[in-house]
Parts: sequence; C-alpha cells; structure tokens
Amino acid sequence: MALSSAQARMTLLDWLRIDRGATGTREGCAEGDCGACTVVLRRVKRGVVVNEPMNACILLAGQAHGAEVLTVEDIGDVGGQSAALHPVQEAMVRHHGSQCGFCTPGIVMSLYALYQEAARPVSRADVCDQLAGNLCRCTGYRPIIDAALEACAVPPVEQAVASADSLGAITDEQDVFCGDEEAFFAAPRTEEALATLLARYPDALILGGATDAGLWVTKGLMAPRRVIWLGRVRDLDRIERNATELAIGATATVADAARELATLAPDVGEIVRRFGSAQVRASATVGGNIANGSPIGDLAPCLIALGAMIELAQGAALRTLALEDFFIAYKKQDRRPGEYVRRVLIPLPGNTLDFRAYKISKRMDEDISAVLGAFAIELDGRCIVSARIAFGGMAGTPLRARQTEQQMPGIELDDRNSWQIALDTLVSEFAPLSDHRASAAYRCLVARNLLEKALIELAGVPLAQTRIRAFVGATHAAK
Amino acid sequence: MPPSEVLDLKDDTAEALTVVTHSYPQDSSRLHVTGAAAYIDDILEPAGTLHVACGLAPVARGTLRALDLTNVRAAPEVVAVFTAVDVPGRNDIAPMYADEPVLAQGRVLFHGQPLFAVVARTREAARRAARLGVADIAAEPPILTIDDALAAGTRVLPDYDFGQGDANAALAAAPRTLAGRLAIGGQEHFYLEGQAALAVPGEANAMTVYASTQDPAEVQHIVARILGVAEAAVVVETRRMGGAFGGKETQASQWAAIAALAARLTNRPCKLRLDRDDDFAATGKRHDFRADWRVGFDDSGRLLGYDVTLNARCGCSADLSGGVTDRAMFHATNAYFVPDVTVRSHRLKTDTVSNTAFRGFGGPQGILAIERVLDGIAQATGRDALDVRKANLYRPNHDVTPYGMRVDDAAVLREMVDDLEASCGYRQRRADVAAFNAQGGTLRRGLALMPAQFGISFTLAHMNQAGALIHVYKDGSVLLNHGGTEMGQGLFVKVAQVVAEEFGISLDAVRPTATSTAVVPNASPSAASASSDMNGMAARNAAATIKARMTDIAAEHWGVAPQAIFYAQGRVHAGERSMCFGELAALANKARVSLSATGFYKTPDITWNRQARTGKPFYYFAFGAACSEVLIDTLTGEMRLTRVDILQDVGQSLNPAIDIGQIEGGFVQGMGWLTTEELVFDAQGRLATHAPSTYKIPVASDVPADLRVRFTNRPNHKPTIYRSKGVGEPPLLLAISVYSAILDALHSLAPGAQVPLDAPATPERILMAAHALRQGSRDRALTACPAAATSTPSAADP
Repeated sequence: MALSSAQARMTLLDWLRIDRGATGTREGCAEGDCGACTVVLRRVKRGVVVNEPMNACILLAGQAHGAEVLTVEDIGDVGGQSAALHPVQEAMVRHHGSQCGFCTPGIVMSLYALYQEAARPVSRADVCDQLAGNLCRCTGYRPIIDAALEACAVPPVEQAVASADSLGAITDEQDVFCGDEEAFFAAPRTEEALATLLARYPDALILGGATDAGLWVTKGLMAPRRVIWLGRVRDLDRIERNATELAIGATATVADAARELATLAPDVGEIVRRFGSAQVRASATVGGNIANGSPIGDLAPCLIALGAMIELAQGAALRTLALEDFFIAYKKQDRRPGEYVRRVLIPLPGNTLDFRAYKISKRMDEDISAVLGAFAIELDGRCIVSARIAFGGMAGTPLRARQTEQQMPGIELDDRNSWQIALDTLVSEFAPLSDHRASAAYRCLVARNLLEKALIELAGVPLAQTRIRAFVGATHAAK
Repeated sequence: MPPSEVLDLKDDTAEALTVVTHSYPQDSSRLHVTGAAAYIDDILEPAGTLHVACGLAPVARGTLRALDLTNVRAAPEVVAVFTAVDVPGRNDIAPMYADEPVLAQGRVLFHGQPLFAVVARTREAARRAARLGVADIAAEPPILTIDDALAAGTRVLPDYDFGQGDANAALAAAPRTLAGRLAIGGQEHFYLEGQAALAVPGEANAMTVYASTQDPAEVQHIVARILGVAEAAVVVETRRMGGAFGGKETQASQWAAIAALAARLTNRPCKLRLDRDDDFAATGKRHDFRADWRVGFDDSGRLLGYDVTLNARCGCSADLSGGVTDRAMFHATNAYFVPDVTVRSHRLKTDTVSNTAFRGFGGPQGILAIERVLDGIAQATGRDALDVRKANLYRPNHDVTPYGMRVDDAAVLREMVDDLEASCGYRQRRADVAAFNAQGGTLRRGLALMPAQFGISFTLAHMNQAGALIHVYKDGSVLLNHGGTEMGQGLFVKVAQVVAEEFGISLDAVRPTATSTAVVPNASPSAASASSDMNGMAARNAAATIKARMTDIAAEHWGVAPQAIFYAQGRVHAGERSMCFGELAALANKARVSLSATGFYKTPDITWNRQARTGKPFYYFAFGAACSEVLIDTLTGEMRLTRVDILQDVGQSLNPAIDIGQIEGGFVQGMGWLTTEELVFDAQGRLATHAPSTYKIPVASDVPADLRVRFTNRPNHKPTIYRSKGVGEPPLLLAISVYSAILDALHSLAPGAQVPLDAPATPERILMAAHALRQGSRDRALTACPAAATSTPSAADP
C-alpha cells in the first residue's frame, strides 16, 4: 500500500487508528514508554524474516516502508480457523492476563514478537526483558509472565510463507521520495543519495529510529515537513569486527548491535539489556543515541571509557574524532550542517583491561539513567596502571572524570587505603544538576560509590555479593 | 473462644454453588486480547465528530486578568473556542463544596488548570491551537508543600480529630517514647486509558456522554449542572474503563463536562481525550501526607499511647479530601489496639492539582505511619518487629478502635498472621537474613511481616446503596445492568455469576451491559471496595424477583407447590419434570408476566456520626497479611523485592481468579507507590514527573519470581453476597511490608538506630538513609535511650 507524503509523516499509530480505523492498537503515553501501541513490523533483514516490536506512537508511518505491519487484529486465526486466537492470546485469556484490557493488545504484540523470535527455552528473565516496555497497571504482571512462558513453551507455529515471499518482493533497491520539495518523507537507499539529499535540504529532520524525534512530534507538536529517514541506506547499519576494533554503522539498531556490543565486556551487554525496552532497542540506532547528544544516553559513557572514535561524513568527506570530543555542551555536538554520524569505532579491549559499567535509575528496567558510570581499568597484576572513567548524568554531556583518572594509577586492589584519594576526588569532581531523577548530592555520592563498587569487584568480591541482579540470579539458581 | 468475638457463622454457605465461587475470566478477556474491546477513543465516531483540547494554566497561582485567544481562533481547522463565560449553567465541577470550576474564572488554582477549550476538526489541530492562547495572569508565589500550607495556615476543610482515653497522659507516663515525622509521597493513578469522553448532542437539550468514569451518575450530575439542564436530559454511559483506581471517580467529570459543553455550543458530537502529559498535570492524585507522631510503649514493645497528626496535602479544592483524610484517620492504628490514642488531621490547601480518590482512599497513608512507628519501636527495643506487631493486635477486651468501633472478628487476623508466619518460614528466614547481614557486605537483606485491616463501606452512609435492572428474554437469555462500573476489577463477571447462580443458568447466558444513568439512576461510584457487595446484592434481589414470578408460572404449569420448583443447569425442575429456562421464560411471557425487575440494596448497620464521633463507619473489615523480603545495595540505594507471601481475607471468594488478580495487582501498585513512583513538583508548582518517561510505575521485572498468594476463603461473618468480602483496595496495604523490609535492611547498618527513610523509598532515599546511618552510627546510643523523646530526622524532600 502506498502512503501519501502527509501519511508517511504522521505517526504509525495515528495512521492505524485514524486512517485505517484499526483501534485495537492504543495510545497510552505517546512517548514510547508504556507500550500500549506496540505493533510488530515484519521485514526481511539480511535475508531473514524478522518480527520486531515497535512503539507505533513514536514511529512515523513512513518508517514501516518495506515491512508488514502486524497489529493485534492480525495475529489470530492461526491455521485458518476463524475467530481462533493466537497461542499468545489464548494463554493470556487462560491465565487471566488482562484486567482492564487497555494495555493488552500491546502486551500481546510484544509477546507475539517473543513467541516468533525467541530461542527456546524461553526463561522468565527473557519474558521480563521483552515486557520491560509494556506497562500494565492492573495485574502485577505475574499472570502475563505465566501466559508468556506457557505460550512460548513450544516452538512457534510456522508463520505465513506468503508473507515472507511478498516481503522479499518489496525489498527493492529504489530510493524512496514521497512528497515534494516543500514536504517529503525520503528514505534513500545509498549513501550517495543521502549525501545529495543532505546537501540539498540541510534543514531536513534526519531520522534514525525516531525514539526521541518521535516525541518532538507527539509532545512538541512539531510537524516535520522534510524528513530523511536513514533506515534504508544500504550498509549504513553494517557491523564489522577486525582484530583491533568493532565498527558499528550508525543505523544499526541497538537490538542488532546488542550481541556484538556484549562481546566487548559483560557490563556493556547488561547496559544494552537495560537500554530502553525491546521496542526502543528494535527501533533506536547506535548512531542516533550518540548523535542526539543527550547527557543521559547510555551508550556514550561506555563507549567513551572504551576509547571509541566516531566517524562523520559529509558527502564523500570523512573525519574521525574521539567520541568524548564530539560532545561540546548540552545538546551541542561537533556536527556540521549536512554532516551525519557514519560509524562508531570501538577498540577491542585487551586482556589486561577490566571494564565495569553501572546504570543507576529510579526503576531498574526501562528507565532513563540518573547516573551511568563506566570504568575501563588497565591492570598490572593487582595494581592499576591507568583508567578511563566516563559518566552520564553528571553534566550537560557525557564526560570523563579526568581528575579521578589521574588518581587511579598505583592503586593497589588489596590496599583499600590506596583507593581513598581517587574516591575523594570523584565525589567532588562534578557539579551535576538536581532534577526529578536525582539530586546533585545523590549523584555525587553514587558516582563515588560506583567507583568503590568497581574496585571491590576488581579486588575479587563475587558479583553475587555486590550486585542485586547477580545475587537474585544466584539465589534463584540455587533453588 | 471468648464471648466478645464473633466467629461462629450461621451456615448459609453450605449450598452447592455452581457458578459463584468458581474462577471465570474477566467478562471481556477475549475482546481484550484481540483488541476488540472498545474504550472511549475506540468508539466509532458519529459523522462530524469534532475534537476538543484545553489550554492549561502556565502558573500555579494568580489572578487571571485576561485571555487572548485571537491566535487560537485563527488557527487552522478550529471551529469554536470557549471559556468560563460560555458556561450556560453553573461553573462548578466540585462533588460537594462548590470550590472548583470547570474552566478557570478569576483565579488560577494550579499549574495545569484548564483555562479555555478549543474545538477543531482534528485532535491534532485542537491540541496545536490550544497552545496558542495567551493568558495574562498576575502570578503570585504559590503555596506548594505541606510545610508551606502549615506555615500559611491554609485549609480546604476544618481540622478534625478523634481518639480514646488520654494520649498525652499515657505518653507522659510511658516508660519509653519515640517521636518522629514521616513524609509520605502521593501517587499518580496512571490508568492506561487516559481521561476521555465523547458527547453527542440530541434534541431538546438532550446530551449523551460516553465517559470513562467510575461514577456515571456524578458525571451526569455535573454535566447537567454545567449545561444548566435537568439531569433527566443527560445520559452517561460507561461500558468499561482502561483502568481507574479512584482516578475516575470525581476526576472524569471535568472532561465529560467540557466535551458536553463543546457539543452544546457546536451542536456536533465532540470528543475530548487528554494527552498523557495533560492528564498528569490536570487530574488529581493520591494525597501526599506528613505524619507527625509521638508514641509511648513499654520494653516489650506494647503500645501505651499514640498521638498522630495526619497532614494531608489536598491541593486546590476539597474534592474528596474530607473522606480520604477521615479514612486515613480510621486506619491510623491499622490492626493494633492503643489504649490511649489521639488522631488529628489537617486538610491542607495548596496551589496544586486537587488530590483525589486512589485505591485505599487515605487508608494506606494512615497505616504506613503506624507501621513505621512499630518498626521504630522494634528498632529501639531490639525486639523482632513481628513480635512487636503481634503483641499489639486487637484481642479480646482490647478491641476498640480509636473511633470507638469494636472489632468483633479480630481473631481472624490473629490466626492469619500466625498462619503466614509459619507458612512463609518467617523465623528461619529472619535468622538467615541476620546471618547474611552480619557478614557486613554492601548488599543487605530485609524482612518484614505485617497485618492489615481495612474497613469496608463508604464512610458517608448514604452512598452505601446500589441498584440493578435485569431483563429475561423469551429465549432465556438474561440482560444484566447495574450501577457498578467495570474498570478491570472483574465486577461485571462477579455480578453476572451471582445472577447466573440465582437462575441456575450458565454464565454465558447472562450478558452484562454498559453502565448507564438511563438504566439505573443515582448509582454510587464504583469505589470503596464495596461494588460487588452492593451491586451483587442488588442484582440478586432483581433476579430473585423475576425468579419468584417465573416459579409461580412453573408451579401452576406443573400443578405443584412453588417450593417444589428449583433451578439448575439451565433448566427448571420440579421433581422428575423439567424444562429449559428459556421455555419457562416464554411461558411466563405468554402468561403476561413481567420478566424485568429492578433490584435494590442498602448496606445495613452503618451508623457513623462524624460530629458525635460515635457509631460504626464500616460494615465489616477485610484482613490481610504479607511478608516481604528485599535486598538493597547500600552503595547505590538500589532495591529488589525478592519474595512475597500474601494471605488475604476475601471471605468466601466469588471468583478466585479475579480475587487473586486484585490481590497481586493491588500489591504491586502499592509497591510502586512506596518505591519507584515519585511525584516531583518544581519550585513553580509544575509537575516535573509528567509522563511514564519520568514517573516510574512497576514493570514486569520488579515483581518477584517468588510471589505466593493465598486467601483464607473463610466466609464473611456478615451476610454479604455469598459471604464474600471486598478485595479491591485491601491488598494495596500489604505493600507496606516492602517499605518495612527496606527499613529492616537499612537498620542492619546501625542496629538500634532509627532509620531516616521517607516514602517513596527511591534508590536516592535508600542511599541517603544508608549514608546517614553510617555517618551517625556513633550517635545511636542516644536514639535508643529509654524515655527520651527523640526525633527521627525526615529525609529531605528532593
């Protein structure tokens, strides 16, 4: 189906509800946090059909180009029996997984994506991760989790082959340009076409996953007239690894990059697990999380501590700079008009590097960090040689704790007295704001304590004694 | 069994029940999972439907001098713009005290108050235009906090107190005392479906409003008042809500009234659905409180005297704050006997959105305070907090509440506490927790087991009434309507079960229908955990009326006595003979017998006299007990609930699956209130936590894998519908065990010290408490000093 330019620039949710009258998909917050609007986009990625959950409220309809949009109305009728429920729906009824029912379609669609995509066996933790972006205010989630575990206890029913074939057919090589000079939704297929568009329309809204920009539309009531969506640019989402570095294309989604990121260090994996929600990770791009310049984006402090570089492109001209130098001031980045973030280059940690990262937020999952601390520490035996320490949430940009870094060399893991100067330095190194997420005093204290926690762990205290999640996991495993 | 306690039940529960007491899914569950259940914004819009949005006040307090709406009117797609002067009736949406306008007039009462409304052809155009209004407001410094209001002496309603004995004397004589302050945060309802209404104008002043409300009758009343028409001209219909939790009791009126006003002014159907941010800003929340307390006790931890002042932040108007604060007072000693007790209250007026009903209706705040006090006594005496709690439970001859009502079945709760203590392995786990914490690591465990006692009934006696209307059709299908509303709590299925049971038919033969003021008039809101009690009884009465008529027909038909007729399995029987229920319905119709009846019920025995401070405000109590175990990270303040055991008294459950859903859901909602859900207002009175991105309700991973819920299934000693008990609100109280467990974990850092922890216990508050305990551990001998009235510091408000 072809969309008009105006339709392509409206949210997918409004298009579904207002234009298509498909009211099973609902608006709960219009900012991608509650998941009531969750739909599944089924598309061919790298030759494979994938089912990805998305928040339709903050996705522009044009971003569904080349995808089959599945809503709660579409998934029943498995095996051709009319009025039959999908196994996920059936389990939700059987386990009393709905009370008021308003969030239920979004939950059903998140679980549908899990049902289709997840490797078996599916664990309770898998279900909770999948549901982190679906708020339910009635049930307390237990029956929903039970329903998910039951539905996903068996392999998925074969999805329609026809839909895979037809999806394959529309995965074409064309540039998409919907609209006119004044108002358009463009989705170039090549970097050359992207460069041309950017040169011609330097004021256009460059859209990655729209998990932030979507809110400019729904909350800021911005009506973007010229939109360039990067989601179709060939190879801009490429993830490559060589002997020394991991290179992540700017439009690789956080979900797609998660596995490679997790290989850098377990804590990077944990930060990525807690990044937004399944819906947000499926949509948000690594480049967008950085280019956006938020002081509380979760990837930047980790990548800065790991010594990442960022590659920017303007036409054929490329330049590379240290990631920390990209962030100039609050929401001000070193990006020129018409320039775009092309890749992030992360050096692979050597075996003398120990990396720790901690995300502190009011709620453990699906929350924005109050503080995120990342510590990349070079060790020589039980002695620290050097450290790169970066924080989010402590200033207007992600920032290195350079004064503290200077106090790190020479620290003996076995001599707590040797930690003190670094800890004392860190507690006063930053002058963060007090806001609704945390007070300045808490931020300073917790930043210091995170370094202490890193040192305790480096010194050899098992994670099950330092981390809540590890403790709970170990206790659970022991049962 | 002492004679003062009533536990012997007249056994009218032995009858075999085939529908009631069995688990059935929520009435719309298949529609929920397929997206087919329609909420207000899903109703197929009548042709020509227009959309309404409001312009909200950008300051918290001041005089509204002028509104420049030129640009609003000129905006694309705009059809009409209106303000308070366009209200044809009375500009008042207040449920009782005429103190809150539908649109601001003269004074700005809070940041986010609706100033004007704009009607446009699309929702987007209306919202865009609404931002173009320019308000000329002579702003004044706002009164925002409880401290501000106490300093300024502002009240929405007069102070009130009650008590027993002489608390001051008891405190003076007590061997040990403690005193402190506890700040208790509010809570946003965060119903997933925001406030919404669709108003359709009709002929001769008629107005039909589809509203997402717990109280269609109140919405009807307010819409009629705003439009200046008779209530009979207004029909309000509610099929279901996408959650409510008290937030759609009075708070739905304003949006329905604005939609109706728009429909009247344009003579077109008009819909208003609030954006989530506007919903946060412009609708009331759970009251935040500050409890100022003094307690006297002996070395065993037994309460001797308690003096508590409950300061409730009510916001800009009275709304339901009178009832909320009264209920906080009624629950100020939870399930504990205090011989000498004074409970005071201040209903504080602030320049903030008017706080309102929220599941528990003040009860949770009152109970949290006394639970904090008992934890403090345990910490001061070195006794286990459960032992302190058990020593103070109501017991024979110690069973009079601070408001003078006797608790005549307190033994139920004592047994439940003992039961849970054993079944959850409390003592062993207490030892495990102590051993773990003794290792001195950065992670600490905490454990707490608490009882809860919640009074069931509206404390305003006249609200304890309900009506129902039942039609039986010639095919034997049954249409059920009652004044209760379905917000997800399972009321519709429970009442339908009652009706199916009465007629001896299967549940699917009974069709619950949308609550409508045109069908059952003057209904009370679905609130106070009393909806299934009241509507179930009203519906049974209606069914019994029809059944009696049908029985006469059957008796006549078969030539037997009416006593010989019975109804079972969809058939009507007399000895060996039987016919389908539908056949009898057709027969009755042919015999010109009405197959339609209303039913009515009023809860007996509610005698509370507020002025005299005598009588009984509650028909009965619902009891519960919960044990929570937590793990905290004392370096970061992060917290995890690791196990919960719950035992809830639901009487004889009408529907066990639904009741378990209420228990678990209520508990988790209460856990959110006390942990991650934090309302932060900035210095200008703007709510900074205005959406789920900044206001954090629990997610799936916050709920422990180890969650064990049981209920007593012991019949109510009062003759409620099938001797069930209300279950909507009581389980929320049990989440206070999470807060107490956090206190317990923190207490391990400085045994003997009082833990300075306000609610909600966010990571920040937990870390700051841990920090203070570590810093102040040298001083702990002071706080534990017998007979020294000491103050526990109150954590700073962020």
